[in-house]
Parts: sequence; structure tokens; C-alpha cells
Amino acid sequence: MIDVENLTVRFGPRSPLVVKGVGFSVPRGTAFGLVGESGCGKSTVLRAISGLNRNYGGRISLDGQPLEPNRSRSFFRSVQMVFQDPYGSLHPRKTVRSQLIEPLRNQNLPINAHIVEDVLKAVGLDPGLGYRFPHQLSGGQRQRVAIARALILDPPVLLLDEPTSALDVSVQAEILNLLADLQKERGLTYLLVSHDMAVIAHLCSRVAIMNAGEIVEETGIDQIRSGAVEHPYSRRLLSASHAYGKQEQRSIEELISF
Amino acid sequence: MTDPLIDIRNMEISFANGYVKAVRGVSFQLGREKLGIVGESGSGKSTVGRAIMRLLPSSARTTADRMTFHDIDLLRAGEKQMMDIRGRRIGLILQDPKYSLNPVMRVGEQIAETYRLHYPQAGRKTAEKKVLEMLEAVRIRDPQRVARLYPHEVSGGMGQRIMIAMMLIAEPEVLIADEPTSALDVTVRLDVLALLDELIARRNLGLIFISHDLNLIRKFCDRVLIMYAGRIVEVLKASDLDSARHPYTQGLLASLPSIENPPSRLPTLTRDPSWLTQPTIGI
Repeated sequence: MIDVENLTVRFGPRSPLVVKGVGFSVPRGTAFGLVGESGCGKSTVLRAISGLNRNYGGRISLDGQPLEPNRSRSFFRSVQMVFQDPYGSLHPRKTVRSQLIEPLRNQNLPINAHIVEDVLKAVGLDPGLGYRFPHQLSGGQRQRVAIARALILDPPVLLLDEPTSALDVSVQAEILNLLADLQKERGLTYLLVSHDMAVIAHLCSRVAIMNAGEIVEETGIDQIRSGAVEHPYSRRLLSASHAYGKQEQRSIEELISF
Repeated sequence: MTDPLIDIRNMEISFANGYVKAVRGVSFQLGREKLGIVGESGSGKSTVGRAIMRLLPSSARTTADRMTFHDIDLLRAGEKQMMDIRGRRIGLILQDPKYSLNPVMRVGEQIAETYRLHYPQAGRKTAEKKVLEMLEAVRIRDPQRVARLYPHEVSGGMGQRIMIAMMLIAEPEVLIADEPTSALDVTVRLDVLALLDELIARRNLGLIFISHDLNLIRKFCDRVLIMYAGRIVEVLKASDLDSARHPYTQGLLASLPSIENPPSRLPTLTRDPSWLTQPTIGI
């Protein structure tokens, strides 16, 4: 569904590449994870795919069709994005309802009350919440609204940029369940970016591990679960993702020397 | 517990003229141990940490049957006495080094400032020497060079080590760490934790480690307090967290996604109003 070939991104003509020739493909109806630490370029890849950053090199194709850097309006009916921080990604002075119909208006689609009600129900919110402002909602509810706004155009692809990292663990569990259910019901294709290996492992079937602008390893989720990753950086990331403990002290010494 | 460093009984903290109760009837003692406080946002865990340092805004009203550090009554201590305690005897490490360091001052100078504040008789030379020793103690490889850097020139992990150096240079007996590693990447987090662990063991400090990360607390701390809506709902040894009896603790543990064997659905918490009134489990 999404094919990325040799993607390069730099910020400014003389600055070094921050994404150095990244390639992967995500089959229709699957969830693909991009994992790495801050500054590795994982969100930059996502922003290039979503059309937020038009200055990239390489090829990005959707459903077999190569995309222009300037995305057409119809592109956004197929691909929508959910951001990390629901506090920052919703308009503070617009009601939930008016934010939800905005994508419909942009696409010149008919607006009727049922669509808004249905999408709020689909993300597990009471339709009455449509008349509230974002500050009248909890963090989990806001992230549900952000997901509803992405879903209202019924796109086949969702780009998820750290969708749960601003949330408490109990709320994170609810959102992860919701994302898993929506994928099953609607056959969505997910591209999920996260620094949290456990979140990726929960949702995705394939994972690419990024470091310093490159994919160092792409592997199946079973390899991640059994710890059978090959690249030294992947091993390091995976062992650090398991919780801190006395028995890991020795490996920390190894990591520091690494 | 014989001779606790910090002894708190029935602490209540409210804001807005008592309208908002942030902390309700919290009691615990801290010895020379690593005590974790876990809870979700808004559970009052950071408020407890700040109340001990008396750093809450003036709109906060704190009451307690007892709130002592050694035999100093923290509720009645004057501001001057608190100035001696803050930093010198109880240190506080905050979450994000980017916001807690002064952006226009070299890091070495900032650490020296702390030292000279608490040891006014020390000269510039002594302070400088102390700073370099301290930077070495937090395993910064080239202390001479790093001391001359500004906060924006150091990485997150190094910034947090500088914060730790700054807090430990006055040699406090108690350290309160409020989410000290939440802003750091997982691989850097391990380094900082290992360092904190070593320094605490070597100096025999008492540590209050405030975090939302159950897995981290479980491995790092000796004892854990679990807070919910301003109350301590359960106290247990960190190694016994798996046999937690309170449904809230059990729910928090179950809702963590796992790398090795993820359940097809994560169990979510159903909050029971009786949690707000039940006595603490496990004292």
C-alpha cells in the first residue's frame, strides 16, 4: 500500500542528510512500525510521507501510484495522520464537532449529523461530546477525537506519530485497543512511529529499527519478541527496552564500551 | 523503622481555598532506602515531593500530623531554615534538564554556584576542583571541556548527569527525583539509572523516586507506594509488585504492553469509587 524507496531528507541545502536513503513497503491491511530513539529521523520519514514536508528525495508510492511532492487534495482522502500530543493537535477554540467536519468541508463532501455521530461512536465517545471544547475533555478523550478526525474521511491508511506517548499507561491501553479494533474492523493500513518497543510490538507485524537516519534492520515481530535481532544497535535498543535491573548492570557496562 | 530520615503522617494538601484536594491523608517514612512513588498524572505524587521541599505555590495549603526531616518540623521551619535544607540536605532532581538548567550560564559555573551557596567559606579554586571531581563522579569523560559548555550544547543524558552532579555536590542526605529519566531515550536512561544507583549506594542516601513507570520502579526501588487520586492505596516491596493486592495496582500492571507475549487485548482499568475511601493495603 505504501512503498518508500531511497527516501532522503535534509533541512537546508548545505546541511547533512537527516534521512539517508530509507526504503520499506507496507502491504495493504497491515501495521508497520518504525522504532528508534529521538533524533533518528523516524518522524521525519512520516512527515515526508504525509506531505507535511515536500522537500525530500527518492520515491514514495501509494497503492502503486508514485506521489508528487505536492500532494493532491484526493491524497488526503486516502492518508490521514494522528499526532503525538492531543493537547497540541486540536484547535483550542473550536468544538469537537466543528473540528470533525473540517476535513469534510475541505474535501467538498456532504456534511450531515450522522457522519459526526457515527465517527464519535466508532472511537468510543458519546456523541454528546461533539459540543465540547478540547479543554473540557481528558487526554484520552482528546486522542480519541484526534483519531476520529483522521477517520472521518474513511481513509485506508493512517499514519500514527507516537499516538500514545503523551498518555498514562491505563489510557494508553485503551487507545491501543481502539487502534487494534479499528484496524480489524476497517482493514486499515497503519504506519506507526514510536520510541516504545512494547507499543510497536503490540500493534505491528513488521518493524524497521532506525538509527541516525538509516534503517539498520527490518524484521518480523516474532524476531523482536524472541529477541532474535541481528544488528548490534537493534540488540542494544531491545535490551534497553526491557526494564532496568541488577542483572542488566553487566550489559550496561558493555553498552557503554560499545 | 528506626530513626527515619523523613517521617510524614496524615499529610493533606489542598489548592484553591481547600476546594481542590490534591493529597489526602498520606503517611510514609523514608529510611536509607530507595522508595518509589508511582501513580498516573494528577495522582499527587509530584505534589508530595514538592511539599517536602516546601516548594508548592502559596495557594497550596499543607497540613499534617507530623512532617519531619530528622527532628526538624518541616511545617514550622522558617524560610531561612528551609534554605539550609533545600539543596544542602535534601536535593531535588527534575524531569527535564533542558528546562531546569540556566541556558545562559556555563554548566560548570552552575554547579560551582550551588557549591559556593552551601559552602560560602570555600574559595573559587576549591569550588572549581569540586566541580571537576563531581563531573567525573557522574562519569563525564572530559570534565574540563564539559564544564565550559552551555546547556544547549550537551545531550539530554549528559544534561541529566549534570543535574545529578549539581544536586550531589552539596552532599545531601535525601534525594527526591521527580521523573528523572522520563525525558531520556531508553538506552541513555539505563546509564543514568545505573549511575544514580551507584552514587546512592556509595553515599548511603535516602531516595524518593517519583515516576509513572511501573517497570522501572519495580527493578530500581526497594519499596513502592502506589498513589491514586491523592491517596496511597498500596505499599509493598518492589520485588513483590507482581503479587499486588489492590485492584488499581493490578490494573496498572496489566495495562502495560509487553514485548515478549502481548495479550490480544490489553485489560483496561475500571475505576472503583471505593478506592477513594478504603484504607491503604500493605502497611
